[in-house]
Amino acid sequence: MNENPAALLPELFPAGAAVAGLLAGAWLPRRRQWAVAVLAAAACAAGLAATAVTMATGREQTVFAGTFAVDAATGAGRLTVLGGLLLVLAMSAETFRGRAREAEYYVLLLLTATGTLVMTGANDLLTLFSGYLLASVPGYALAGFARDRAGGEAALKYYLMGALLGTVMLAGAVLLYGAGGTTWYPGLREALPGAPPGLVAAGLVGVLAGLMFKSAGVPAHFWLPDAAEGARPPVAAYLTTLPKIGGLIGGFRLLHQALGGSGVDWPLLLAVLAAATMTLGNLAAFFQDSAARLLAWSAIGQAGYLLMALAVADLGEPARRALLFYLAAYTVTNLGAFAVVCELPRARTLADYRGLARRRPGLAAVLLVCLLGLVGTPPTAVFLGKLEVFTAALDGGFGWLAVLAAANTVASLFYYLRWLAPVFRSPPPPPPAPGGGRPEPLATALGRWAAAAAYLAAALSLLLGIAAGPVLPLTTGPLLG
Amino acid sequence: MLTVLVFLPLLVAGVLLLAPRAVPDRACVPVWLAAALAELVLVVIIWAGFDPGGGIQYAQRARWIPGAGVGYHVGVDGLSLPLAALTCVLFLAAAVHSLRRGTAATATATGGGPPRARAWAALFLFLQTVSLGLFTALDLILFFVFFDLSIVGMYFVIAGWGHGERARAAALKFFLYTFTGSLALLLGFIGLYLAAEPHTFDLTDLAREDPLAGRGAHAALVLLAIGLGLAIKTPTVPFHTWLPPAHTDAPAAGSAILAGILLKMGTYGFVRIAMPLLPGVWRQYALVFVVLGALSAVYGALVALGQTDVKRMIAYTSVNHMGYVLLALGAAGILTGTDDRARALAVTGATVQMVSHGLITGALFLLSGVLWDRAGGYRIADFSGLAGPAPRFAAVTAVGALAAIGLPGFSGFIAEFQIFTGSLGSQPVATAVALTGILITAALFLRALHRMLLGPTRLPGSVRTGGFTDLTPAETAATVPLLGLSLVIGIVPRFLLDVIEPAARALTGLVAR
Repeated sequence: MNENPAALLPELFPAGAAVAGLLAGAWLPRRRQWAVAVLAAAACAAGLAATAVTMATGREQTVFAGTFAVDAATGAGRLTVLGGLLLVLAMSAETFRGRAREAEYYVLLLLTATGTLVMTGANDLLTLFSGYLLASVPGYALAGFARDRAGGEAALKYYLMGALLGTVMLAGAVLLYGAGGTTWYPGLREALPGAPPGLVAAGLVGVLAGLMFKSAGVPAHFWLPDAAEGARPPVAAYLTTLPKIGGLIGGFRLLHQALGGSGVDWPLLLAVLAAATMTLGNLAAFFQDSAARLLAWSAIGQAGYLLMALAVADLGEPARRALLFYLAAYTVTNLGAFAVVCELPRARTLADYRGLARRRPGLAAVLLVCLLGLVGTPPTAVFLGKLEVFTAALDGGFGWLAVLAAANTVASLFYYLRWLAPVFRSPPPPPPAPGGGRPEPLATALGRWAAAAAYLAAALSLLLGIAAGPVLPLTTGPLLG
Repeated sequence: MLTVLVFLPLLVAGVLLLAPRAVPDRACVPVWLAAALAELVLVVIIWAGFDPGGGIQYAQRARWIPGAGVGYHVGVDGLSLPLAALTCVLFLAAAVHSLRRGTAATATATGGGPPRARAWAALFLFLQTVSLGLFTALDLILFFVFFDLSIVGMYFVIAGWGHGERARAAALKFFLYTFTGSLALLLGFIGLYLAAEPHTFDLTDLAREDPLAGRGAHAALVLLAIGLGLAIKTPTVPFHTWLPPAHTDAPAAGSAILAGILLKMGTYGFVRIAMPLLPGVWRQYALVFVVLGALSAVYGALVALGQTDVKRMIAYTSVNHMGYVLLALGAAGILTGTDDRARALAVTGATVQMVSHGLITGALFLLSGVLWDRAGGYRIADFSGLAGPAPRFAAVTAVGALAAIGLPGFSGFIAEFQIFTGSLGSQPVATAVALTGILITAALFLRALHRMLLGPTRLPGSVRTGGFTDLTPAETAATVPLLGLSLVIGIVPRFLLDVIEPAARALTGLVAR
């Protein structure tokens, strides 16, 4: 039996850093707690390096009685999660610098990222569920970290939905265990074709409920807009991106590895969920005036496109490549847009961004790249992701879904442009009486780290699209079971 | 060579944007002008070295995203080279036009040229890269990248420099409408990609392989998606409703590029993608395109006749002129009742029409900018007797209008003559119907000339003191060469036809296989 802990280094680094950070945070004076952020960044970098070594040397394997797979999908997921976490850390630097419980904030981020990593590699229902818990519970605390009213509401909504759907997920896992006699995916794959289809379907729906909560898919999406608006911007950036990675890769693995020949028509179920998610997310985003809320609804819409890849999971290679690449592209692009939101804490509504191109041309360029990127304008990375997803959907016989996704893309252009249009208008006239009224929303900028994260994310989003040639092969390779 | 031609403007745009603030905005337009001149020289060199019978030349092919079947593949043939050359000419004209001094309506703090000259020049350089890239692309995804970016670039031109609040609404409508078309196009491309074995987006491979031959419903759906995307861009009736507001509210140089270059992306897409890659279904449904073409020609002309706004009128005549192109391309897909030569003639005429319309309409839109600069409006009824205060403007506009009518001696005549001769054999009824479009266009242009240029001088109250000044040197230098080129093509067309004809024959051969 393979119990090689070195295969889990990318998970162990952030987990270890979380423990060390918690201890260190208890001893460090408040003005030196930034050291924990450095520790967290170092853990991410070490995890990325370990992943790179694993991928470069071809050490794909399953470990711990086959309950955790270290394959191309896990590798791509690790790169995306840890890379995304690095960006979130940079965005958080100024927002939380010198605040109470600064160290704990980074510890919670590390723990939830570890949970997400566990979900991406889980090859067993119980591993998947423990990853779900590890990713969710610190997330609840993060949502309410500011300890104000909006944060409290965000945390409560997030927690109630998460607890409810977590229970449903566990119940679903129990049903699948009952049907197949095991929680191990390869075992389920052999046993489920002989099990009662109704039982399998009920179990699958239960497990999917938890995964949809993680990926903010309909009908488990309600928490995201409130949580994103109530939480601090860096936390909102985290909530709209990283949990999706765990939920969707975990879901893909479950569907492809455990339910391949089960006789349950899950492709249609996933296609309907994808259609509902993208349509609802895009329509609800139409007239949002808060930037964070708009991005949250857009994140739900994007989850719909991503779910298309799950609906055609049976295709194997094309669907997996589409999912993994789109996830990476979406993560950097969405984080870039959120980094601008973090950098300008006083600009809350879309109208506040008027004149940004004149005031801060760099940030306006980031918004241009990231928002048009989210639409799917070439040559950004999300365009290529969309191309791959649409191709997979058409290849898998879901032509109607691809057409619907194209229509949704056009619709999404409308609300992204509602944000971009004021950015490139001339700045508003200065307020009549100095000192009276609201302070100038664009005047306050946080500082270098958030801005650097924005520039880096936008550059990555462009680079992943233009130089996708060498990147795309990283996402290819069979799932191990 | 082609890569340099395509990406040089983008490079210059990047330099302009990243240049330190100490470089004044005034310096940007001359830099742009120099870049546009260099581009024109490059394209002339390419033209000189081009062998008309040699198929696709100057090809460059590199692996880009092999995992997704996408490659970087550019090249020119007799269909794309004239359009690439047109792009360089028209962008040079736009650069020259931007040298004019700020006037009443474009009152600027920069002292001359358009407001925010840096962004303006960078945006047009970006659009030039995009246009040249599209006309030279030989990979569907590369084509799509440029197709989509042309929409983004033009959106910012209209929204940023258009005429007030209405322009932002028009820009949004333009973006949403044409973006719908581009996604339809993308779905069609994916359909082609999936049909090819091995999967590829490469145009030349797909044209050779003809992957959708004999696959009825699948091929028809792909043609529907691609046809819809291109028809919106062209635009043909009934997908043209984005065009009039976009043109009316865009700045003059933006309108000229939109009409002169961006509309050609639609018709060029038909000859580059729809016809050679889907020959079977193109033949099957050619009649649809013939009918759409004839309908656009007549409808565009009739609606143009009813316009009270000069720019809207010119915009609708674009619908009319593009209708002829579609008519010819549809006729080239119908084999009964014609021979190879007639069909090749129709395709040649369609390509000449693209070039000719780009030159003439580009000039007319730049001239209409004169009205906005002097008087801040385009209403035909507001102006009368402009020939008095502005004789040069009147003369150039009259020549432009006559060229647009298709008077012999101008390029439009060559184009329309070939289109009608080539289409008449197989489609006498549609051709006869479309022919009435010429009469209506002639009537509306002559009426507008008569009302605005002749008679007693009457100007709207918005004209600033000093009266309606005549064309400035920059305005003259931007428009007269365009019309001059149209005249050259009209009198000695062989240099152009020699390039187009072999490619047109090759295309009709591909369609007929």
